[in-house]
Amino acid sequence: MKRKIHAKPPRIATRFLRWFCHPDFFEDIEGDLQELFLERTRHKGKLQARWSYFLEVFFLLRPSIIRPFSGAYPFTLKQYGKKSYHLNFIDMFANYLKIAWRNLLRGKAYSLINITGLAVGMTVATLIGLWISNELSFNSYFKNHSHLAQVMLNQTDEGIIYTGGTIAAPVADPLRTQHGDSFESVSLVSFNNSYLLAFGEKKLSARGMWVEPVFTEMFTLTMLQGSREALLDPSTVLLSQSLALALFGDDNPVNRTLRIDNDLNMTVGGVYEDFPHNTTFFSTKMLLPWANSANFINSVTNWRNHNCRLFVQLVDNTRIDAVNENIKSLPTPHIKEWKEEIMLHPLDKLHLYNEFENGKAVNGRIQFVILFGIIGGFVLLLACINFMNLSTARSEKRSREVGIRKAVGSARRQLINQFLVESVMVAGIALVFSMLLTQLSLPFFNILADKQISIPWGNAGFWLLILGFAILSGGISGCYPAFYLSSFRPVRALKGSFKAGYQAIISRKVLVVIQFTVSITLIIGTLVVFRQIQFAQDRPAGYTRSGLISVSVNTPELRNHSEAIRNDLLQSGAVDNVAMSSQSAAHFSNNTSIEWRGKDPGFIIFFRNVNVTPDFGKTIGWTIKEGRDFSRAFATDSGSVVLNETAIQIMGLKNPLEETVKYRGEDFKIVGIVKDMVTQSPYEPIEPTIFFMEGFLGVFTIRINSNLPVRDALSKIEQVFKKYNPDSPFNFSYVNQTFNRKLSNEKHIGNLAGLFTLLAIFISLLGLIGLASFVAEQRTKEISIRKVLGATVLNLWQMLSKDFLILVTLSGLIAVPIAYYFLRDWLQQYAYRTEISWWIFALAGLGGLLLTLLTVSFQAIKAAMANPVKSLRSG
Amino acid sequence: MNTYRLGEFEEIVLLTVAVLFDEAYGVMIKKEIEEHLGRRISVGAMQSALRRMEKKGYLTSRFGEPTRERGGKRKRYFTVTPYGKKALEYAKDVRLTLWNAIPNNAFDFGKT
Repeated sequence: MKRKIHAKPPRIATRFLRWFCHPDFFEDIEGDLQELFLERTRHKGKLQARWSYFLEVFFLLRPSIIRPFSGAYPFTLKQYGKKSYHLNFIDMFANYLKIAWRNLLRGKAYSLINITGLAVGMTVATLIGLWISNELSFNSYFKNHSHLAQVMLNQTDEGIIYTGGTIAAPVADPLRTQHGDSFESVSLVSFNNSYLLAFGEKKLSARGMWVEPVFTEMFTLTMLQGSREALLDPSTVLLSQSLALALFGDDNPVNRTLRIDNDLNMTVGGVYEDFPHNTTFFSTKMLLPWANSANFINSVTNWRNHNCRLFVQLVDNTRIDAVNENIKSLPTPHIKEWKEEIMLHPLDKLHLYNEFENGKAVNGRIQFVILFGIIGGFVLLLACINFMNLSTARSEKRSREVGIRKAVGSARRQLINQFLVESVMVAGIALVFSMLLTQLSLPFFNILADKQISIPWGNAGFWLLILGFAILSGGISGCYPAFYLSSFRPVRALKGSFKAGYQAIISRKVLVVIQFTVSITLIIGTLVVFRQIQFAQDRPAGYTRSGLISVSVNTPELRNHSEAIRNDLLQSGAVDNVAMSSQSAAHFSNNTSIEWRGKDPGFIIFFRNVNVTPDFGKTIGWTIKEGRDFSRAFATDSGSVVLNETAIQIMGLKNPLEETVKYRGEDFKIVGIVKDMVTQSPYEPIEPTIFFMEGFLGVFTIRINSNLPVRDALSKIEQVFKKYNPDSPFNFSYVNQTFNRKLSNEKHIGNLAGLFTLLAIFISLLGLIGLASFVAEQRTKEISIRKVLGATVLNLWQMLSKDFLILVTLSGLIAVPIAYYFLRDWLQQYAYRTEISWWIFALAGLGGLLLTLLTVSFQAIKAAMANPVKSLRSG
Repeated sequence: MNTYRLGEFEEIVLLTVAVLFDEAYGVMIKKEIEEHLGRRISVGAMQSALRRMEKKGYLTSRFGEPTRERGGKRKRYFTVTPYGKKALEYAKDVRLTLWNAIPNNAFDFGKT
C-alpha cells in the first residue's frame, strides 16, 4: 500500500540547484534528492527533511558538479523542451566588454567627453556626499550624543518668541533637584573665551570654557593623560592635546602650573584628545573648573542675568517632549518683566536645526544639506545626459553591429544587456578617475567649505556609496541608449538605410534643454547668493569699521593702567583715538530692558546695552543726529545716556532730549541720539541700543592713524601695551574682520554653490561640444555642397549654431521662473535682503548663450572652413 | 607508471557500484555505502566522486525510466567499465602486496 505523496521539497533550493548544476547532471541528481526527501519526510518529519534537502544541495557545490565557467555546450532539457547552447553568460560578458573597449578606442574624442563628464559629475556627487555625511555626523564624536541636549531659552516679546542658548545660571539647580529623575547629569558651561596662558617663558592665547566636573563624563573626553575626575579640584585645568603640545612640547604637562591671564595659577590635571572639527566645541582647547573663584558666573543668582550655557544628559528612554513639558516654566515665576521659558534642544540637532520660529527649531543648515544633495544629484544627471545624447547621436555607427547581432540570433534583451554593460564599464572607468580627482581636489574643497574632510577609504559605507554612484549613473545613462539601439530593425540596419529617427532627435533636444535649464538655474542661484552677501557687506554701517582694532582687557595690569595706556597711545602718534567699552564695536552681545515715561507696562523690548568711555563715539566714528556726544568736559555725564535712532522710534518719545530713562532703579538723562549702526547681524533690522558712560569696560577700541603704514602703527601700539603688560603677548583683532565673520556661513555656502555651478556648466558644455561636432560631421557633405554653391562661412556658422541657440534660449526661459520661485523663498529668511532684479536673469541667460555660442562656433567654423573638395571626393 | 588514480572514497564508491550491479543509481549507492561504512555521506560527496570517475572512464551511465516518487525525473544507473575493473584490481593488488610485506611480528602489540 502506497501512501499518498504530499510533501514537496523546498522550491528555492531546487531552483538554486538547477542554476549551478551542470545541465547534464541535474535531472538524475534532482530525482535522487526528491526520493531521499520523501523517505526522510516519512521517517523524520517534514521539517527535518527540508533541512536535510537544503544541506544536500549546499554540499553539491563542488567543482565536478557545477557548470563550467566558459565554453558552449549543446544540451537538451527535457522538461523545458528546448535546446540551449550556453552554460552561462560569462563568455558573452567578456565579449560585451571587448566590444565596448573597441568602441571607446574608436571614438576617442567622444569617450574623452563621456568619461571626463562622468568623472567630474561623480566627483561632485562624492564631494557633496562627503560634505553631507560630515554635516549629518556633527557632534557624533560624543558617545552620548543621542542623550545630550542644550537648554534653550524662549523669551516672548510682543508675541514674538526669541530663542537663544544663553541662559541664566540659576536654572541649573531646579533641574538637578526637582527633575533629577529625568537627567543623568547637568553641567553649566561658560562661553568659549580667549585666555592668555603662560608657562615659564612660553606665552600664548587659547580658548577655554568653565565647565562643571561632570562635563567630562557627559561629553566622553578621551583622556590621554590624567583622569576625567581632575576637574573636581577647582584649581585644576584640563588641556587639549594640541594646546599641551604647544605649551609643554614633549614634556609631561601633568601637575605643572600654568598662569592664566597673568592672574590665576592653575595645575594641569590631564590632557584630552582635541574635539574634532565637526563638533560644537571644536575651538575649545582648555576646560576650566566651574567652581574656581575666578569664574565669576558661578556666583550669579539673578534669574535675569543670562550669561552662560547649560547642557544636560537625559536618562535613557526619556522622551524629550515630556521632559520639556515638565521643565518649560521653571524660570517664568522669577521674572516679571517678560515671559521666559526653557526647552531642551537635542545635541544631534544643534548644528543642523539652528533657526527657531515660535520657540521651535524649524530650519537652518539642514536646508543647505538638502539643497546640496539635490544639486549633487542634478550634476550627476547632467553627466549622464551627455552619455545618453552622444550614444544615441552616434547610433548610426552601431546600427550595423546591432543588425548583425540580431541576424545571428541576439534577443533584444541581450542587446539591452550589452549596452548596459557598456555604459556601466564607462561609468567604472570614470569612477577611477573621479576617485583621483576627489583626492586631489579635497584640500581645495576643504578650504572653500571650511571643513576637515578626508576620504574614508576604510569605510564600507563609503565604498557602497561610490559603487552605487557608478552603477546608478551607468544605469541611468545606459538605459535610454540601450532601449533605443536595441530597437533597430535588423534588415534596415544592415542595408545601411538607417537614419536616426525624429523621435531620437526630439528626445536629444529635450535632454539638452534639461541640462541647460539646470545650469542656468544654478548660475542665477549663485549670482543671487553672492549678491546677497555683497549687499549685507555693503550695508551702510553708520560707523567706520576699517582701521579699527580691538584689544581685550584681560589682565589686571591692563585694567589698572587703562588711562595711562590711552595717553601713551595718543602720544605715540600711531593712533587717532582710543576708547574703552564693555563690548567690541564688531558686536554688542548684552541686552537688557529699561523703563521710560509713558511706557506701556505690558510692552517688553530688549535694548542692547553698552558701556563706553566718552571717546568711544569719536573713535568708531558714529554720527550724532540730535543732542550731543558724551564728553569729558561734563562731569555729570556718568548719569547720561546716548540712544540710537531705532530706540527713540520704539520708545515713541516726542522730545527725547528732555526725557530720562530708568535702568536698574536709577534715572539717566538722554543727552544724545546717534544714527543707527550695524553692529549685529548684517541681515537683521537695527536693534535699539543704549550707551552708558559707567560700568564694566572690557575692550580697548583703537583707531589706527591712517597716515602711518599699518605695520609701523601696530608695532608702536604693541610697544605701549608691552610696557604696561610685559608678561602677556599683545593680541588684537580687526573690527571689520570680526564683523565679516558673521557673513562666513553664507560665504562658504556661496563658495560651494559657485564651485558646483562651474562644474555643472563645464559638464553641459562638454556635452555640447560632443553634439556640435557630431552634427558638423554628419552634415559634412551638405556643408560642402552649400559651400560650392556659394554659401559663406558666416552663413554656415549661422546654420550650424542656430539650433543650439534656440535650445539654450528655451532653457533660459524655463529656468527663470524656477530660479525665481526658489530664490524668493530663500531670501525671505533675511530681513535685510537684496532684490532679485531682472538683470540677474538677463546676465545668466546671456552668459549661457555666450558660452554656448563660443562652444558651438568652434566646431561650426571648423566645419565651415574645411575644404569642400576633400569631403565630396571621398565618395 | 601508475595510471590508475583512485582515491579511497572513490574506491569504495566504485566497489559499491559493482556490488549493486544492475541497481546502481544514486540513492541505492548512497544507502549501500552508508550501510557498509556505518556513517552518513552527503549526496554531494558521492555524486562528485561518481562524476569524476565517469570522466576518468571507470564508470559509464545510462538513464532509466522516470518514476513518480522522483517527481518524474529519470534515474541514472552506473556500471563499472573494464577499465574501472582494472583500476579496482590494481588498488587491491597494491594493498595485498603491502599486506603480504608486513613482517609477522609487526602487529604483536604489548608482547615486547
